[in-house]
Amino acid sequence: MTATALSVRNIRKSFGEDEVLKGISFDAHSGDVISIIGSSGSGKSTLLRCINFLERADSGEVAVAGEIIKTHKAKDGQLSPSDKHQLKQMRARLGMVFQNFNLWAHRTVLENIIEGPVQVLKHPKKKAVADAEILMDKVGISQKRNHYPSQLSGGQQQRVAIARALAMQPTVMLFDEPTSALDPELVNEVVQVIRQLATEKRTMIMVTHEMALAREISTHLIFLHNGRIEEQGPPQLIMENPKSDRLRQFIGKF
Amino acid sequence: MMDFFNNVFSWLPELLAATPLTLILTLVAGIFGLVFGTLLALARLSNILILSVPANMFMFVMRGTPLLVQLYLIYYGLGQILPGTWVRHSVLWPYLRDGFTYAVIALSMNQAAYNGEVLRGALRSIPKGQIEASMAMGMTNLQILQRVRLPLAFRDCLPVLTSDIIILLKSTALVSTITVLELMGTARMIQRESLQIYEPLIACGLVYFAVVMVLTNIMRPVESRLTRFRKGNA
Repeated sequence: MTATALSVRNIRKSFGEDEVLKGISFDAHSGDVISIIGSSGSGKSTLLRCINFLERADSGEVAVAGEIIKTHKAKDGQLSPSDKHQLKQMRARLGMVFQNFNLWAHRTVLENIIEGPVQVLKHPKKKAVADAEILMDKVGISQKRNHYPSQLSGGQQQRVAIARALAMQPTVMLFDEPTSALDPELVNEVVQVIRQLATEKRTMIMVTHEMALAREISTHLIFLHNGRIEEQGPPQLIMENPKSDRLRQFIGKF
Repeated sequence: MMDFFNNVFSWLPELLAATPLTLILTLVAGIFGLVFGTLLALARLSNILILSVPANMFMFVMRGTPLLVQLYLIYYGLGQILPGTWVRHSVLWPYLRDGFTYAVIALSMNQAAYNGEVLRGALRSIPKGQIEASMAMGMTNLQILQRVRLPLAFRDCLPVLTSDIIILLKSTALVSTITVLELMGTARMIQRESLQIYEPLIACGLVYFAVVMVLTNIMRPVESRLTRFRKGNA
């Protein structure tokens, strides 16, 4: 058995009266690619954002490579990180790729990629640039190294965002609907990069609407419905043979 | 008519000699104003009430009253109180007898209030995703402030900050009322001594205008360099 890269235990989250996550647990072992699917509003993105505490859950537990993120219950009833320093270390090990790329607008492609390694990991700038060059090559963006995000297409921006996350050498990559904000003809270039990462056995958690991609690269598929894991398992198995009506309906839409 | 223009030009050397003081006032108050203004903006946006409430009140009062009133209150007010205290015997005293010091204090405070308001708006309008990306990376709050929030905010409001500096430059004329012999003060002195009313004023206006033109032309390339990340500025 391989080591547990990410462990999520019993995550609950409400927005007001609305409980969007009703106790979600799963584990990602090293090399796993877990796709989280479900209709919009099923809490997929919230779940992902609770993992690195961009969103504060109401209860639950997250562990990265066996180390539990220390929390306490804050006055507002939400789970609050107890050790800021530890949280930052944990976040540095969780590479996040956002739906809207969120590249720093005032920094060039290269500056975006070396920012984390230089500022957070304290790598010497020379090393960070050398590492960034390999990553820019990998995602096919080297010619644009001195461009600003506004000068790039959505697909190019997302590839830079992936390189930026990879530059931190994260234990787990988190993808929050990485292709949802892209024009259809730009989806493929991003999908190819993600596919390549999967073949390299990177541990990835991906919230997605790309069913074909999820089926192709996932080792494990999680179907969220109404804040619960309705069904999960190897993608071929559960997509060809869905047990619940809801998953059948959901797959039927594609 | 020729005499009139000759008179105007004849005062230019004397006025140009006073221009460095105007520039120093603008520069010093501009820098203090920007530094304190940044702190004010951060204090106002803070969740800590003992920071945000005083910052809010300070900005409200400074922006709601005329600079001239502030100048008089600081010059005559502080100037009345301080000589009766220990300050009179301190090393600071020589400076505190000088109108220049009070002018810098008043201009800086006023400038800080205006810069603070502009920066507060710019800090608030930073897209959330820019900050979330920084947090997800594991950056500290201080790093996010230094590396992301402030750079984006300054770039965003640079044109307004530039125009605030130009307004400040022209506002320095007010300090002539508290014995500072900068550009305007010198023009008024010339008026009194030469008994010419318009000529020194026109000459002084010309100098202000020239300085503003130079300042604008210095800021333009700075602005376009710092905002080249925007679309169309490539």
